[in-house]
Amino acid sequence: MSEEFKIEIVNPEKSFLSKEDVTEVVVPAFEGEMGILKDHISIISFLKPGVIKVFSKSGEENYYVEDGIVEFKNNNLSVLTSSIFNIKDVDKDKINELLKQAEENSKNNEITDQNKYLIDQKIDVLKTLN
Amino acid sequence: MATLDDLKKRIASVKSTQKITKAMKMVAAAKLRRAQENAEKGRPYSEKMNNIILNLSSGISDKENAPKLLSGTGEEKIHLCVILTSDRGLCGGFNTNIIKKAKAYFQKISDEGKILKIITVGSKGYDQLKRVYKDSIVEKISFKDSKTINYLDAEKVGNMIIKNFEKKEFDVCTIFYNKFKNVITQIPQEQQIIPLKTYEVEGNSSDDNYEFEPEEDEILSILLPKNISTQIFKAMLENSASEQGSRMSAMDNATRNAGEMVDKLTIEYNRSRQAAITKELIEIISGAESL
Repeated sequence: MSEEFKIEIVNPEKSFLSKEDVTEVVVPAFEGEMGILKDHISIISFLKPGVIKVFSKSGEENYYVEDGIVEFKNNNLSVLTSSIFNIKDVDKDKINELLKQAEENSKNNEITDQNKYLIDQKIDVLKTLN
Repeated sequence: MATLDDLKKRIASVKSTQKITKAMKMVAAAKLRRAQENAEKGRPYSEKMNNIILNLSSGISDKENAPKLLSGTGEEKIHLCVILTSDRGLCGGFNTNIIKKAKAYFQKISDEGKILKIITVGSKGYDQLKRVYKDSIVEKISFKDSKTINYLDAEKVGNMIIKNFEKKEFDVCTIFYNKFKNVITQIPQEQQIIPLKTYEVEGNSSDDNYEFEPEEDEILSILLPKNISTQIFKAMLENSASEQGSRMSAMDNATRNAGEMVDKLTIEYNRSRQAAITKELIEIISGAESL
C-alpha cells in the first residue's frame, strides 16, 4: 500500500504548490511542530512563522511561511497562507530584511502578547535560516 | 452645408479617435487575459477558506457565544457598504452598473430608517457618489499606485473594516462589485460579509469530525478576519477582470461606431465633391452653349 498523500499549498494569488506523492509533511503549527503522515485524523490548525518541510520521493523541500491555516482531510492536506517562499529561492539579503523588519516590530510596545509571541518566533526562525 | 475642407478634417479626426479606441481595446484585451488568469488562480484560496469556515461554523454548537463577525451584533441599525469600482474611466457601464445596484440598496436602507455608511474603493465610485451621498461616505480608498491587484491592498481594506467593526461603528457590512461572467457580461453583485452568511449544509456532517488545535472558537476568531480580507481580495480580482472586459467591449463598440461614422462622412464627402464637379461642368457647358 502506498504511503503517499496529496498536498496543496495556496496563497491568495495562486496555487503555490501541488503534489501527489508526499510521504510526510512537517508544519509549524500554533502549538508546536506537527508531523503529518498518511491517514492522519482530519484536523484544522494554525501556523506560526516557521518552516514547512515536505518529504516526497524526489527529496525534501523546505518552505518558509509567516502565517496560515492547515486543513487535513481524506488524505488531502491544504495549506492556506498569505506569505510563503521556497528557502532555496531566497538569498540572505531578503532574510536579513525580514529579520530587521521583525525586530523593529518587536520593539513596538503597543502590540498584544500574542503578536509579540509570533514576532519573536519569526525572529528565531529567521535567525536559524541565516 | 459643410464645405469639402470641413468634411475632410472631420474624417481625419474621427479616424484618429478610432485609432485610439482600437489601441485601448488591444491593451484591455491583453490586460483582460492576465486579470482573468489572476482571478482564476485566486479562486482556490477563497474557496478553500470558505469551506473551512463552513465546516467550522457548522460544528459550533454554542451559537450564542460565536464570534461577532459570524453571528452579528444582534442589531441591524447601521449598514456599511463597500463599493468597489475602478480608478479609470472609459469602460462602458462598468462603474455605473455597480453604482446603480448600490443606490437601490441605499434607498432600501434609508426607507427602513437605518443609518448608512459608505466606503468607496476606487476613485470613480467616489466621483459618482459624492454628489448625493457625501455625508455618508466615511472613507475613500484608491489603489492607483499599485500596478496589479495584490493581497496587501485587500488586507488594508479588510483590516480597516474590522477595526471599525470592533469600534461598533456598524452592524452589517455589504460589498458591491462586478462579477466577471464573460467578456460581454459582468454582473453587479452585492455580498454581505458581516455577519457572514453561512449556507446551511445539508446531510452528513458525521464524517466532518475535525480535530482542532487550538480550540474551535479561537480558530474562528482568527479565521474570520482573514476571510474578510480574502473576500475583498476575491471581489477586487473579479472586479479587475470585469473592468478590462467591460473596457474591451466598450472600446470595440467605439471603434465600430467610429468606422461607421467614417463611412458615412466619406460618402457625404464624395457626394459633395461630385456635386461640385457637376456644378462646374454645367457652368462650363451652359457657358459654351450660349456662345
